[in-house]
Parts: sequence; C-alpha cells; structure tokens
Amino acid sequence: MIEIKEIKKSFGRLEVLKGFDFSLSDGKITAVLGPNGSGKTTLIKSILGLVVPDTGEIRFQDKPIKNKWEYRNQIGYMPQIARFPENLRVAELIKLIEDVRGVAGKTERLIEMFELAPFLNKKLRQLSGGTRQKVNVLLTFMFDCPLYILDEPTSGLDPIALIRLKDLISAKKAEGKTFLITTHIMSLVEEIADELVFLLEGKIYFHGTFEEMMQSHKEDNLERAIAKILEENA
Amino acid sequence: MPKILKYVFFDLIRSRWSIIYFLFYFITGLVLLYLGHDVSKAIVSLMNVTFILTPLIGTIFGVMNYYNSREFIELLLAQPIPRRRIFFGMYLGISLSLSLSLLTGMMLPFVFYGVFGSDHTMSLIILLLSGIFLTFIFTAISFYIALVNENRLKGFGVAILVWLFMSFIYDGVFLMLLLMFQEYPLEKFSIILSLLNPIDLSRILIMLQLDISALMGYTGAVFSKFFGNSSGMFLSFAALSLWTALPVALILKKSSKKDF
Repeated sequence: MIEIKEIKKSFGRLEVLKGFDFSLSDGKITAVLGPNGSGKTTLIKSILGLVVPDTGEIRFQDKPIKNKWEYRNQIGYMPQIARFPENLRVAELIKLIEDVRGVAGKTERLIEMFELAPFLNKKLRQLSGGTRQKVNVLLTFMFDCPLYILDEPTSGLDPIALIRLKDLISAKKAEGKTFLITTHIMSLVEEIADELVFLLEGKIYFHGTFEEMMQSHKEDNLERAIAKILEENA
Repeated sequence: MPKILKYVFFDLIRSRWSIIYFLFYFITGLVLLYLGHDVSKAIVSLMNVTFILTPLIGTIFGVMNYYNSREFIELLLAQPIPRRRIFFGMYLGISLSLSLSLLTGMMLPFVFYGVFGSDHTMSLIILLLSGIFLTFIFTAISFYIALVNENRLKGFGVAILVWLFMSFIYDGVFLMLLLMFQEYPLEKFSIILSLLNPIDLSRILIMLQLDISALMGYTGAVFSKFFGNSSGMFLSFAALSLWTALPVALILKKSSKKDF
C-alpha cells in the first residue's frame, strides 16, 4: 500500500531520516518502534504529507503523493495529542471533520463503544484528557479507510477504553485494513502487531516479524531484545 | 475553506474574550457619547482607542490562535483537503469573529444615540471600516509571524514588536525625518510614508473626514488636498487592501512549503 524509496529529511543540520526503503504490508498491523528522536514521527508525517522529504519518493497505492491531498481520504489518522478547538461541542467537531472529508461518519457504534453519548453536547474544553482521547479514536475510526495510522494511540486511555480500542483494531484488521502504529508500550506491540519496524538514528535497523526479531537477538522477550539493540548501538 | 472558516468563527465568537472585546467597545462608546454629548469628540476618542487596540487584539489573537491550534492544524492537515484552504479559512475565521465584535460593539452605542442619518454617519463608517481593515491586516501579519516561528515566545515577541513599531515608533521616526529634512519639500515624501503604515493611513482618513486636518497645519493642508479628493481616498483604500493582501499571500506561500 505504501512504498518508500530512499527517503531523506533534515531539519536544519539535524538529519532525521537518513535514506531508507520501506514498504508497508497490506492487511497487516505494523508497529514502528524506536527511541525518542529516531524519526518515527517524521516518517508518519512524511506519509501524511505534513512533512515534505528532501529527497526520495513516497507512493500510496502506486501513485506518488508529492503535492497531492486527495489520497488522504484513504487514510484515518489518529494524532498523539488530542487537542481540539475549545469552544466547539463534540457533536460539532464530528460534523466539522465529516464536512472536511465530505463523507458522513459511522459514529453510532463508536459512541456506544466508548460511552461518549453524555459528552456529545459538551464543549471540548470541559472534557477530561481521557475523554478527549476517546473523541480522537472516534474521529479516526468513524470513516472506512484502507489504512489507519495511529500515533501513540493508547496514551491517556483507561483500561476499559484500551480493551475496546484493541477490539476495534482487531475487528478492522479482520476486514482487511492495514495499520501503521507507533507506540512505546511493548505489551501492546506483542499483543496486536504482525510486523515490527525498528528505527534507529534515522535508518531502519530491523523490519520483520517478532519471531525473526527474537531469533536474531536470542531473547525471548521483546523489551529485552530492544534493550539489547540499543545497548549494542550505544 | 468555508467549512474551516465556519468552525473557527464559531469557536472564537463563543470564547469569553470575544465577548469582553465587544463589551469594551460597547461600554466605551456609550460612556463617550452619553457623558460627552459631542459626537465628533466621541469619534476622535474612539479612533484613538481603536487604532491602538484593534491592531493589538488582532496581533494577539492571530498569534495565540495559531499556537493554540497547533495540534488541531496537524489533524486537519492529515485530512483530504489542500493546505491553503485550511490556513485561509483559519485566518478569515479569526479576522471575521474579531471584526464582528468590533463592528457590533462600536456601532450599537451610536445607533442608540441616534447618530445614523446625521452628518457624522460617514465619519463613523470610515472609522468602522478602517478598524476592520486594521483587524484583517494585523491578524494576517501576526498569523504569518506565528507560522514562521516555531518558538512561541519568539513568535509572540516579534508580533508584539511589529505592533509596537507600527503604533508608536513609526510616528516618532516619521517626525524626526520631517524635522531633519525640513528645508526640503516633503509633501510627496510624507504622503508616501503615511501610505506605508496602515495605522497612520487610517488616522489621516478619519481626520480628513471630520474636517480637523487644519489642526495638522501645513502638512494637514497637503494631506487634505491629496486624500480629500476621490482619487486620494481610492488610493488610501487600495493601500489598505494591499496591506491586507500581502501578508495573506505570505501566509499561503509559507504554509504550502512548511513542515509540520
């Protein structure tokens, strides 16, 4: 679904992405891991067109994305920080995103799932961080997209909401959707991800399945395997 | 673009700052009219307040709104919509909501006092019009400054400096230049300098409309001759429009290239 070739990006003198190829497998959940500053967010933002790479090419469904915006109606994006216009009501925010996308979202089941009904007429500034994050989930999943990109999706969610989110991701995967997820929570990765991409200093250090990762580093636990990689490269 | 505009407008118009801003003009207008009982003086006093406050509020709202919406902008940028629609819509939303507070807050006291239909109607309209122009101009400038500066403190500082320069320092420099070159004919020079500062330009327009340009002596006469006729008026509004269009063009250019 996504093909990346020799992508490079620098901010000033800081080289964040140092040129690598990457392709995202269809119908799978791929987790992007890596220490802070390894380029995870820049990679995601490049795919979404928020960051324009210096060199290299990104193709989405076999078409280059440079200077395009239409392709984004095929992507559901959940940002890490859920901050919305404070004086809008939740229902209005949903309407805004529906307006922008030009499609009506399927909200009913999600509102029920995350118990958002009592908040629909509340202004966003009156909502707690966790509730805002649930709204964030709703805004992402109310559209039917072949690809979902989730940036640290679990932050601020309570255990029940977290279980619901995992169920939601599994259900969407069963429908054949593709996922790209960044997270620091290893248990989540172990539970849901099919493939791992490990970024280190702007390059892909590892791309493969769990089993391959464990085998190549002779560890039986993902957290330890990653700690080992980091120590070896310190 | 109208979609984004609509929601930014509704978000802002509901904020308590919009209401405070409205009330400020409303109460100031009422006090000046009902205590002073002199419409000309009320307009001049309001003008002095407006030409300091409107650019300042535009500056603060432009910068704050951009920085406060930083995360929401990222969410919008990930939607299937071209960038220019997002930023133009946001800019118009901020400017229009501020203009609405200004327009209603300033106009209502005059409506209650019964000024409309009298000789002063035109002066009031020009005051309102230049206030709205200044709102659009300074919101655009500060929005652009915020767009260029990722560092909030720096962005805020630069925007306030621009406001300070246009509101106070420019006049001082202007006056110094006039004094330094007083032996030379300065009519054209001073007219050009006035066109280069939207606040000065608006002030001159009102002064001429109220027919108190005589207070400005010789320069006043020059201005009266230049700005008083229809082509001068046209040129002034053209200059104000250019002052609006330029930073808006910069916003669109910068936002199309920026990494978020």
